[in-house]
Amino acid sequence: MRFMIPLGIFFVMCLFLAIGLKLDPRNVPSPLIGKPVPAFSLPLVQTPERLVSQEDFRGEVTLFNVWSSWCVACRQEHALLVALAGRKLVSIVGLNYKDERDAAMDWLARLGNPYRYSVFDAEGKTGIELGVYGVPETFVVDRKGVIRYKQIGPITESVLEGTLLPLIRQLQAEAP
Amino acid sequence: MRPWFWMMPLWLAVTQFAAAVEVRSFDDPAKAQAYEELVRDLRCLVCQNQSLADSDADLARDLRDEVYRIIESGQTREQASQFLVERYGDFVLYRPPVRGMTLLLWFGPLVMVVLALYVLYRIGRSRRARNGQRLMNEEETARLRRLREQYKDQ
Repeated sequence: MRFMIPLGIFFVMCLFLAIGLKLDPRNVPSPLIGKPVPAFSLPLVQTPERLVSQEDFRGEVTLFNVWSSWCVACRQEHALLVALAGRKLVSIVGLNYKDERDAAMDWLARLGNPYRYSVFDAEGKTGIELGVYGVPETFVVDRKGVIRYKQIGPITESVLEGTLLPLIRQLQAEAP
Repeated sequence: MRPWFWMMPLWLAVTQFAAAVEVRSFDDPAKAQAYEELVRDLRCLVCQNQSLADSDADLARDLRDEVYRIIESGQTREQASQFLVERYGDFVLYRPPVRGMTLLLWFGPLVMVVLALYVLYRIGRSRRARNGQRLMNEEETARLRRLREQYKDQ
């Protein structure tokens, strides 16, 4: 039976490696889950004279979507966001990250604007406050302005239907 | 070999360090040292196997700026790394803190060494036990002695 020992070790190693293969190294858990949206005060992309802060999130469940016109994966999820906005299930707010205003305006004009509004974070300071490291990222914010979930990378049909929408419905059912 | 050949590793070393370094000025050399050590000990989240110092990613540059701002404003190294941990999590630290989740990471290798030593000890002991077994019984030993006596002169 002694020969079973290395065989056993081998299978345990295989198990660990198999689990390791399934893990996505880009999915770093955010320490901001359960914390309020960090304070910011930023102008809107389309009306620069209007400033918006994190206080604006209060009262409504919000999808806070970090996007940029130079971001290829953002284009991938954009149609889905436009469709979601059409269903009027949740308020979608954009954070336009390290972009140029003209390019951002052009993007919204061409591909459709799913956002209630987008705030303009040219230097990426608010991005750092939010722990953004790979656009697109999407935060689900509850009515109290607390971050409840973070999606890293583009929203796909299965992420939207399987994770985001059930969570949004649950948060909308919570007392304000 | 030609002299230039011996210079090649030196050249490699120089380009390595020239990868992504902005010119920073500090009012205190201790701050400069704290900054240099910090950016080497913090992980870039875009290219995850590079430190902030090595990475040329846009975000890495922004985060180096933040670390510089914090250190230059007179805050400690701990406050600077705390700033990043609060936003990006323990993942930014190349030396993660010891806690439940990271116990295996910190003490796993030690456990493996202890285990290996134990296995070595077991193997050694069984080998010694086998060597200790007498090859001949007393009768055979006596016979061998007699034979040696008999053929001693040849």
